[in-house]
Amino acid sequence: MSEYANGRPMARYIRHAWAFCALLLVALLVNAARVQVVQAGSYGTNPANRRPTIARYHQPRGDILVGGEPVTGSTDTGEQLRYERTYRDGPLYAPVTGFASQLYGTTLLEGAEDAVLSGSDPMLSPFPLWNDMTRGPSPGGDVVTTLDQGAQRAAYRKLAGRKGAVAAIDPVTGRILALVSTPSYDPAALSGNSEATASAWERLNHDPERPMLNRAVRQTYPPGSTFKVVTAAAALDAGVVTDLDAKTDSPDPYRLPGTTTRLTNEGDGCTDAPVREAFEWSCNTVFAKLGVDVGAANMSATAQAFGFNDTRLRIPFSVSPSTFDTHVDKAQLALSSIGQYNTRATPLQMAMVAAAVANGGRLRAPYLVERTTRRGGETIAGGGVRPDRQVMRPSTAVRLRELMTDVVREGTGANAAIPGATVGGKTGTAQHGVGNSGVPYAWFVSWAQADADLEPKVAVAVVVEDASADRGEISGGGDAAPIAKEVMRAVLRS
Amino acid sequence: MTKAGTTLAATQASAPAVRLPRRRGIELALIVLAVLLSVYGYCAVGVARTGAVPPGAVGYGAGLGVLALFAHLAVRIRAPYADPLPLPIGVLLNGLGLVLIYRLDLETPGDRAAPAQLVWSTLGMGLFTLVILVLRDHRVLQRYSYVCVVAALGLLLLPILFPAVNGARIWIRIAGFSIQPSEFAKVLLAVFFAAYLAANRSALAYTGRRLWRMQFPTGRVLGPIVTIWLLSVGVLVLERDLGTSLLFFGLFVVLLYVATGRTGWIAVGLVLAVLGAFAVGRLEPHVGGRIEDWLHPFATIEAGLGPNQLSQSLFAFAAGGVLGTGLGLGHSILIGFAAKSDFILATAGEELGLAGLAAVFLLYALLVERGYRAGLALREPFGRLLAVGLASIVALQVFVIAGGVTGLIPLTGMAMPFLAQGGSSVVTNWAIVALLIRVSDSARRQYDGREAP
Repeated sequence: MSEYANGRPMARYIRHAWAFCALLLVALLVNAARVQVVQAGSYGTNPANRRPTIARYHQPRGDILVGGEPVTGSTDTGEQLRYERTYRDGPLYAPVTGFASQLYGTTLLEGAEDAVLSGSDPMLSPFPLWNDMTRGPSPGGDVVTTLDQGAQRAAYRKLAGRKGAVAAIDPVTGRILALVSTPSYDPAALSGNSEATASAWERLNHDPERPMLNRAVRQTYPPGSTFKVVTAAAALDAGVVTDLDAKTDSPDPYRLPGTTTRLTNEGDGCTDAPVREAFEWSCNTVFAKLGVDVGAANMSATAQAFGFNDTRLRIPFSVSPSTFDTHVDKAQLALSSIGQYNTRATPLQMAMVAAAVANGGRLRAPYLVERTTRRGGETIAGGGVRPDRQVMRPSTAVRLRELMTDVVREGTGANAAIPGATVGGKTGTAQHGVGNSGVPYAWFVSWAQADADLEPKVAVAVVVEDASADRGEISGGGDAAPIAKEVMRAVLRS
Repeated sequence: MTKAGTTLAATQASAPAVRLPRRRGIELALIVLAVLLSVYGYCAVGVARTGAVPPGAVGYGAGLGVLALFAHLAVRIRAPYADPLPLPIGVLLNGLGLVLIYRLDLETPGDRAAPAQLVWSTLGMGLFTLVILVLRDHRVLQRYSYVCVVAALGLLLLPILFPAVNGARIWIRIAGFSIQPSEFAKVLLAVFFAAYLAANRSALAYTGRRLWRMQFPTGRVLGPIVTIWLLSVGVLVLERDLGTSLLFFGLFVVLLYVATGRTGWIAVGLVLAVLGAFAVGRLEPHVGGRIEDWLHPFATIEAGLGPNQLSQSLFAFAAGGVLGTGLGLGHSILIGFAAKSDFILATAGEELGLAGLAAVFLLYALLVERGYRAGLALREPFGRLLAVGLASIVALQVFVIAGGVTGLIPLTGMAMPFLAQGGSSVVTNWAIVALLIRVSDSARRQYDGREAP
């Protein structure tokens, strides 16, 4: 038997076969490089790839701090998605924290500050490219809020489960002191990824009480009579009113211009009432006519200076824009000026209105995050005081403070009076629904300055929408003012 | 068969003209290195997962070391001229496989595979030692080629009597252990192919009729081999084990080409392969699905059904990048079913990166190259074909499964030699390495200085 076949040595064919095997190996290597290097990026970010999710939950999430104490936490489940969010006083802080769910994403502060909390923010790394070298995220950073624990608790306690919301801000700095919405929910129910999480999500979304709705910043209401603060500011700034005690030329009832609709008041004595009295006793006829006299352009300008129609406000999560219709006829303008028609405001927006009055006409954009820190407490970014803007003349603010103080001292807002402090307020009872059939919303906006202080300390807006109450008993002074009072007291005490 | 006997006697009579260095020391040093690397990997997994060296590290290293030492001693005594590389490569790959399986066991505490794999590795290295000690000359196998083919067909047919597991009738379960007889059959078939082709290569190469520049052998010579090949492939299609089917086919074509040098065989082989693939793809929905998955690995994701195994495997490789996540730190367990067996390479790819994967591929390539080198150095056709056949089995198997899990070719279930969970596969691969050692020993022992081995 020869080692030659077909006239050539077999060794030649063995080498050919080896070349074939080597070719297979080269193909494997080239393909491995394709998958692991060229395609790695797109495979890594494929939505079906769970690795980014696993990495995200592999370390404890940073915490949200109120008054120096964390109101959130993380628990090690030992599962594939390792750390789950926990909440201390979940329902109380839910309108601030939002939820951080392994199934449904993040909302509110958990969403807006997710990069810091999850550790993906490049600012968290000790020096540039550190995370690229260690191939892992930094430990989650903390978010320090501006909230006043006492004010937040007082607002939640006084709302007592009724449907409503409270927003309180520091008029001088714009720090948000309280942000409460009821009925609330425990965001911890949404943290995990189990069946229970899915059913909680289902239940919360189909709850007719809408517990996940953040009524303080994400729901707009007709502001009703509380909007008269804005109308009064516009009238004073435009020079339509120069003397608060001079009689106005206001019929009662007031026929809306160009229509046959007659606008009336709840009480008597509004005919030709001076602005001071009309504000104190909340005369619709006087302020409707005042709005028409100021004109759509000036009314719109003032309302927008206060923050209406601003779609860009972030605290740092977005706030539903409050609206003031700028294209209106005179009848619509008359209704708009008393907080009806298309005028709608979030509680936060009305707190901003009170704050601007209290702070001499200067308005600071509200903010919720004082600063963000590394795990150890080292500050990486200050939320900081934002620039302010003059929304009305200082003299106008002084006179509005007078008007609002009168409301609490001797008018509809007497329930908000606090001994040892100057308190200014304005009640509102806003009608809504088709033909005003809905149960009215009770409003109260106010600010307070302790007698010993040089500056106002708090501005607050309360709205109570209580479908269970008797229509006649709903009122800003009766339902909302006591809540505002407790919130203001809590802030003044601290 | 008598011819083989006379050659055997002839070579024993003539003393080698030049004595080659035995290089057993190199082999021992490399084995120590391989054991240390495996223990290091085992410790790295433990440190990454729990922050401490796992308690079993010493036992694991000692066990692997002792087994490797026995194998080495057997080689030193009975195959002193053998190539020093195949044994350390086998030890390293087997050790790495145990590390990877142990690492995946940590993700599935209820389903541990490493202890059983260790038992099988012991059996495999035991078989290696036994083969080296008992089989003094590989040419003995030539006498038993027909026994081999009958045994191979028997093994292939055996699982048909047992219930199907995961859609394929390739396992038999005995006393809690599942055995895959087709793994053993491939060595037996390689022996038979080598023996038959060595005996009939002249007839295959020179006789027969020419058809359009290609020469086809007569039916008398070709008949038996094609029959056996068809039978084995048919059995495999019936058992739905397409990876092994592909492997047998490739082995057959490579050996036929090496034996006869007829490119016509490659053409015929390719035509048959294309026809077979087409027919099977049309007839078997199972296979058609695999081809669809290969063409569109992310189709299930786009359809909203979540990622399938292949896309999870690709994600794992991609997550490894160039340097890998580090042992114990990847998430290849997301592949789910068969993560420890068919998809074991994805764990290597994710945790060791392209660098580690390339190293593993090169180890296989080195093993194959040593087999081919032994084939080149030998002077008699049976040994040559046997060495080439065994090396080709390793090469083809690595290509079929590695190409499958990295999306290069359609995925067919098959065990990565030495790495994957699966007892039959480990034992078979140790038998292959033992035969390669035996062949290489003969090649170097007979070296007469004519051509560099």
